[in-house]
Amino acid sequence: MLYREAGDFKTSYRDDAQTFPIAFDRWRYYAVLAVAFGVIPFVINDYWANAILIPFLIYAIAAIGLNILTGYCGQVSLGTGGFMAVGAYATYKLMTAFPDVSILIHILLAGGITAAVGVLFGLPSLRIKGFYLAVATLAAQFFLVWLFNKVPWFYNYSASGQISAPERTFLGIALTGPASPAWAAYLTCLVFCVALAWLARNLTRGPLGRQWMAIRDMDIAAEIIGVNPLRAKLTAFAISSFFVGIAGALFFAVYLGAAEVGESFGIQKSFLVLFMIIIGGLGSIFGSFAGAAFLVLLPVLLKNTLVGGLGWPTDLAAHLELMIVGALIIVFLIAEPHGMAQLWRVAKEKLRLWPFPH
Amino acid sequence: MMPDVVFYTAEVMVNGLMAGVLYALVALGFVLIFKASGIFNYAQGVLALFAAMTLVGIQNGQVPFAHLVNAVFGTKVHHFGWTVPSLAAIALTALVMVGLAIAVERLVLRHLVNQEPIILFMATIGLAYFLEGLGDVMWGAEVKRLDVGLPQGMSGLIDEVTFNWFGYGFFIDRLDIAATAVAVALVVTLTLFSQYSKQGRALRAVADDHQAALSVGISLRFIWVLTWSIAGFVALVAGIMWGQKSGVQFSLSLIALKALPVLMLGGFTSIPGAIVGGLIIGMGEKLFEFFVGPMIGGATENWFAYVLALIFLVFRPQGLFGEKIIERV
Repeated sequence: MLYREAGDFKTSYRDDAQTFPIAFDRWRYYAVLAVAFGVIPFVINDYWANAILIPFLIYAIAAIGLNILTGYCGQVSLGTGGFMAVGAYATYKLMTAFPDVSILIHILLAGGITAAVGVLFGLPSLRIKGFYLAVATLAAQFFLVWLFNKVPWFYNYSASGQISAPERTFLGIALTGPASPAWAAYLTCLVFCVALAWLARNLTRGPLGRQWMAIRDMDIAAEIIGVNPLRAKLTAFAISSFFVGIAGALFFAVYLGAAEVGESFGIQKSFLVLFMIIIGGLGSIFGSFAGAAFLVLLPVLLKNTLVGGLGWPTDLAAHLELMIVGALIIVFLIAEPHGMAQLWRVAKEKLRLWPFPH
Repeated sequence: MMPDVVFYTAEVMVNGLMAGVLYALVALGFVLIFKASGIFNYAQGVLALFAAMTLVGIQNGQVPFAHLVNAVFGTKVHHFGWTVPSLAAIALTALVMVGLAIAVERLVLRHLVNQEPIILFMATIGLAYFLEGLGDVMWGAEVKRLDVGLPQGMSGLIDEVTFNWFGYGFFIDRLDIAATAVAVALVVTLTLFSQYSKQGRALRAVADDHQAALSVGISLRFIWVLTWSIAGFVALVAGIMWGQKSGVQFSLSLIALKALPVLMLGGFTSIPGAIVGGLIIGMGEKLFEFFVGPMIGGATENWFAYVLALIFLVFRPQGLFGEKIIERV
């Protein structure tokens, strides 16, 4: 009824190639943005911001980043946690070294630094493929975590080995530090998330994205039709790391406030983000959001039901949560290996014909 | 008279080799499954943890799921009040691992036939989470002591003999010697099994070519159960060795991460590769930690193996003994 293209005429190529070709989709998208920018900041409280919304937005950025590399370019990476740590520590060093420069610029610069590190660790991808590459990216993960742990310069010689974000303001409002209000932190993450998602969507349907996908589908064939594998793979690593670096910077500066590298950016983070894109859907921007939402909400829901609802001890609930998350991942992979994005696609196809499928 | 540093180096090398044997044990489980089913089984480390936990639980007569039962029914059960002798407990644990292999085949692998390798890999990560949670719920998460009667502590004999020969007593843990002996026995048994038994030959046929194996009447499902059982058994052995060395706790499952560079170095499909790779990594990281570690802050063991394997792979992308990767369009 609502969701159809009948009567929605396209009169230019531009119209035809837009991201949301169906009017209903477009309005839904504007409505989501309007709610996110216009309603949520006024009603948000600390619990919702810290337990759900901010982690969701940050993980969505990281998931989009990893999806560019793994979903679009086909290079499996297990180094996401390490690259997030680069973003976090770069922000920290920039924040403390240049306190007068805006924090937003620092976050962008941290993304750039992470991109450079990503390219460095992406170099072996020109020789190594498949699982060998996945394991090779673990080298980045372990080496970077070790580096930030062992070289005191990175954490400014603090006694605890932790980094903690000093208060930085934008237009007189604290964005980082303990005094920052929930809505300011939320809006910062939202602005970055929307801008980066827009960027990613447009990159992936442009020439660069097509090169990535050609490399993903078969790299030798892509090379023969004139795609430069060096350029395609390294740009994928650079742009992916840029996204992941910004996610790491926000995770540390805006969300956590203080971080210890092994705990906040360990191998578990890498797997978490990888789960997000697999469950959400490889090669889909929507999938990155869906996966991030699913894996952020799931533990909160489980904890609320098991500890809050049934009154079981927290350690038992934590173990059961592991089991349930593991089982759900398997069930999901069996039921729909192409993730939630595929479910959404199927649902859309059905909706177009609803309620008269014949 | 040789300078002491030579002896130190030799001692570090020997201990590194022994550690390498243990890495190789874990890597072996990976290789077996990868060869037979093309699955990169991330859960191998957690299998070792689960096996060790089950072994301790059975030995001490713990009530499985006691914590959960107590939480649901408000009871206070924890132990049956008996202890099971080591050998019987090991046999029971091996049975549990076979049961686990059957369950994995039934519930997971059967439904994921023909999926892309990355999907299967993710499924094993899901399995790893599940087993980790299951182990904790079944047997409790506290650090446990595992003792199946293997010798432990410094070997006095080697210390004495080497002292008489060189004037310097080598420090070698007797547990490491036992582990090496067990590992060698295990590899020999596995080799004999795969060369001379009917099932072993079927196993190799499947590893060679799935479809050809199917067409001569080999049941893939049986072979998968068999490989996962063997991998479970190898995990049990690794779990016993590591568990006795450093207690049964969550960090045991991280040895899987230690085995990955071993695999890269040795090649994912080669059993000798897993062993040689394990030895190289074990020795290399101990030597690096000994000579370079103090200069750059120590604890280099976490990443050295990976970087070594990475550099190595740039020159030889299929690992030491891996099959040559031939790509066609």
